[in-house]
Amino acid sequence: MSRNLNAAWALSWIRGAQAVLAEHRMELIDLDRAIGDGDHGENMDRGFKAVVVKLDAGAPDVAAVLKVVASTLMSTVGGAAGPLYGTAFMRAAKATEGDLDADGVVAVIAGALEGIVARGKATTGEKTMVDAWTPALAAASAAAAAGSSPAETLRAAAIAAQAGAEATIPMQATKGRASYLGERSIGHQDPGATSTAYLLATAAEAAESM
Amino acid sequence: MSHRKAHGAVVALVIVSHSANLAAGVVELAAQMAKDVQMRAAGGTEDGRIGTSFDLVNDAVSELRTAGHDVAILSDLGSATMTVESVLDFLDADEAVHVRFVDGPLVEGAVAAAVTAQVGGDLAEVVAAGRARDLFT
Repeated sequence: MSRNLNAAWALSWIRGAQAVLAEHRMELIDLDRAIGDGDHGENMDRGFKAVVVKLDAGAPDVAAVLKVVASTLMSTVGGAAGPLYGTAFMRAAKATEGDLDADGVVAVIAGALEGIVARGKATTGEKTMVDAWTPALAAASAAAAAGSSPAETLRAAAIAAQAGAEATIPMQATKGRASYLGERSIGHQDPGATSTAYLLATAAEAAESM
Repeated sequence: MSHRKAHGAVVALVIVSHSANLAAGVVELAAQMAKDVQMRAAGGTEDGRIGTSFDLVNDAVSELRTAGHDVAILSDLGSATMTVESVLDFLDADEAVHVRFVDGPLVEGAVAAAVTAQVGGDLAEVVAAGRARDLFT
């Protein structure tokens, strides 16, 4: 549980994420149909399937895995998730050197959030994936500062991201396509925040089984 | 205007839309008053779905840059703009000065940008025209 996270972890994470996103494809489609264009489940499923194929060749380190995820999502997703997650994984890769200790995990999450904010220009409370990544970063920082292992740090981030995703339900969307719905966007969980929670949960699971 | 004299190439446009039909239609409309302006439609995903493609936009920009054009890019909804901005982020610094995003309305902006390019406007002038700010003030 206290082991640093290496390329094998990153590969295991992304393969796990592909399986979970495929499993939850319809749920994400339904969430996005309610307040968006309905393509999020399909796009994430397609994107991560393409990523896993690209990663069949393996990768030398964590940063290399994250870079393959970034470029493949940019090219294959099609919807907003492509440039958003693409930029997130690209910045996360840049924040990574070698294996990850708990502070390294925090740096990866901070890089991802920074990329999403730079690309989407959203802030918290706008009913977007930022509402899952922001509490995830805060929880990971607190866990790492308290001496948690990399796996425990990721688990703290995943729990906070899930809570953050659920907290988007009463929000009114003010960014993205959902903002066109105004008050009618209230009462639905944001699909991007939901996929973020799945991504961080699978990252934690992969770390716990190292 | 100085740009055209220096390089002999009119500023070119890339039209990015979630819909391939919409992008092609905007090119068709803008070309009516700009017969010498090179325009590329980069609409939809590579497999023909609604959405935008990093690779389609990047390929259109590369092709026009290789032909010697400065390039102005217009887009429709938010994630198309994010795709364009991602493409711009990946350009080298010396390339990036020749490629600009036009933050304007797609149809009006494309027509205004195309006409400005047709009469010899340089990249900055085409981008300013494509913002079509006077339509909304």
